Amino acid sequence: MILSFQQVNFVSDPEWVGFANFSAIFHDPLFWTAWWNTVTFTGIALAFGYVVPFFLAVVVNEMRHFKGYFRVAVYLPVMLPPLVVVLLWQYFYDPGNGLFNTVLRGLHLPESQWTQSPRMAMLSLVLVSTWANMGTATIMYLAALQNIPGELYEAAEMEGANVWQRLWHVTIPHMRFILAVLLMLQIVATMQVFIEPFQLTGTTNPDTITVMVLIYRYAFTVNHDFGMAAAMSVLLFLVLGAFSVAYIRLVSREGMRA
Amino acid sequence: MSETRSLFSDAQLRRGRARWIYFLVLTLLTLLFAAVFLFPMYWMVIGSLKDPAELARPIPTWIPESFHPEVYVQAWNELNIGRFFLNTAFYAVGAWLMQLVVDVTAAYALSKLRPVLGNVVLGAMLATLLLPTAALLVPAYLTVSDVPLFHVNLLDTPWALWLPSAANAFNIYVLKQFFDQIPDELLDAARMDGAGSLRILVSIVLPLSRPVLAVVSIFAVIAMWKDFLWPLLVLQEPRTQTLSVALSRLSATGRVPLTEVMAGLVIASVPMIAAFLVFQRSILKGLTAGGLKG
Repeated sequence: MILSFQQVNFVSDPEWVGFANFSAIFHDPLFWTAWWNTVTFTGIALAFGYVVPFFLAVVVNEMRHFKGYFRVAVYLPVMLPPLVVVLLWQYFYDPGNGLFNTVLRGLHLPESQWTQSPRMAMLSLVLVSTWANMGTATIMYLAALQNIPGELYEAAEMEGANVWQRLWHVTIPHMRFILAVLLMLQIVATMQVFIEPFQLTGTTNPDTITVMVLIYRYAFTVNHDFGMAAAMSVLLFLVLGAFSVAYIRLVSREGMRA
Repeated sequence: MSETRSLFSDAQLRRGRARWIYFLVLTLLTLLFAAVFLFPMYWMVIGSLKDPAELARPIPTWIPESFHPEVYVQAWNELNIGRFFLNTAFYAVGAWLMQLVVDVTAAYALSKLRPVLGNVVLGAMLATLLLPTAALLVPAYLTVSDVPLFHVNLLDTPWALWLPSAANAFNIYVLKQFFDQIPDELLDAARMDGAGSLRILVSIVLPLSRPVLAVVSIFAVIAMWKDFLWPLLVLQEPRTQTLSVALSRLSATGRVPLTEVMAGLVIASVPMIAAFLVFQRSILKGLTAGGLKG
């Protein structure tokens, strides 16, 4: 905290500069870009990484065969080191002979520049990150689904509820806790996205620069200004802190009931 | 298979048309999972084994025509993957041991020895969970580069990774919860027999806590193996880098043959995949049961 009010570099002793660091970052045009990109990333990542695993889990839960296979397959990418994932996808995204464009070419569909096109770049990053992380959410949803007592479905059916009504009135209310917890966790995690933009598009690309990349950039590349980086961190903390508090309260409240 | 039912009952799925739909969905889902989650890993492995010219071909081969396992030897020796692999393993094992020692003693102290202000300490620790790692990046880096009071620079040393990870509030919390369930009578009995606090910890508490220790250990090693940003910051000297950091640096130069980088990726993944296949149960259970982990 204190750091954000000081001018820190390795040349001279820290000096108190008040809000100068904050006004410096506010005047950096990249500041708003980074925040906008981060919020966009989080928004798209939630659509894919929060909603899709839910439906995946619901369908897998209906399967009477290969349950172990589904669980292992969906979780394997989570085990890969993130750098491995990102480098692998970098080769898939390659605009020349990358796998994705090869497949699109084979299907006579228009090719894409993926990470290098301003329109597709953010979506490309989200896809990588979702692929790597959706296993966690899916497994948690699956565990929650298995805890729903079967009699409830039976009772609902007796009263003439169809599949959608059963999903809406039985499944979803019972998942409320895990749905809320994962929402908080995913917001906190995705807003700290770093490795995907860092490795795939670099620290200078305004299409994809995120708050974390900007912090890294302030402190360790161009500016070597730890004060500015700390000021940025403080802002990120203020935003994420609220979600963290909500998460901890939710979990400890539920923990006491259990 | 008769167990608790879900949206559909077993009987419903066995009847006429539903049966066909069920098997259709099952097949599609099996293929979808294979294509989406397993295929990229298959691609990585065969990519590393292909001849560089074959890998660069505009129309890729789905089954490699050439087979070059010696690329692993080249990557291991020429790219120094071996060294980075051992670095990573060394950091992971060290972090694991440090975490166990620090977290177990802390949790034991908080749970069984009940010091004055223990609850305050616990509360303060839980409060640190609120801090996103991101917010700590800069202060932690400055701390490590010039440790307060001692004024030593830990950059490029294993301690830069080990010390920040040692006191893990989440692990301490999980361990404390588990220790709380061990009946005090058991410890009192041991104390009557003349065992000291340390002795009780080693011969009674730890053996009882094996399952939770296993989960904590596995997650500690996985986290260290997967970490990227922190090692990237504190290990700038190439000799000391982890596999992830080194691979990022090597791939950015663009001068390294692609197949060797692919081999490096496979080498970096194998321990994780192996660990998962071996400890699958503990990992998946630890994820859901004990761990709504951040």
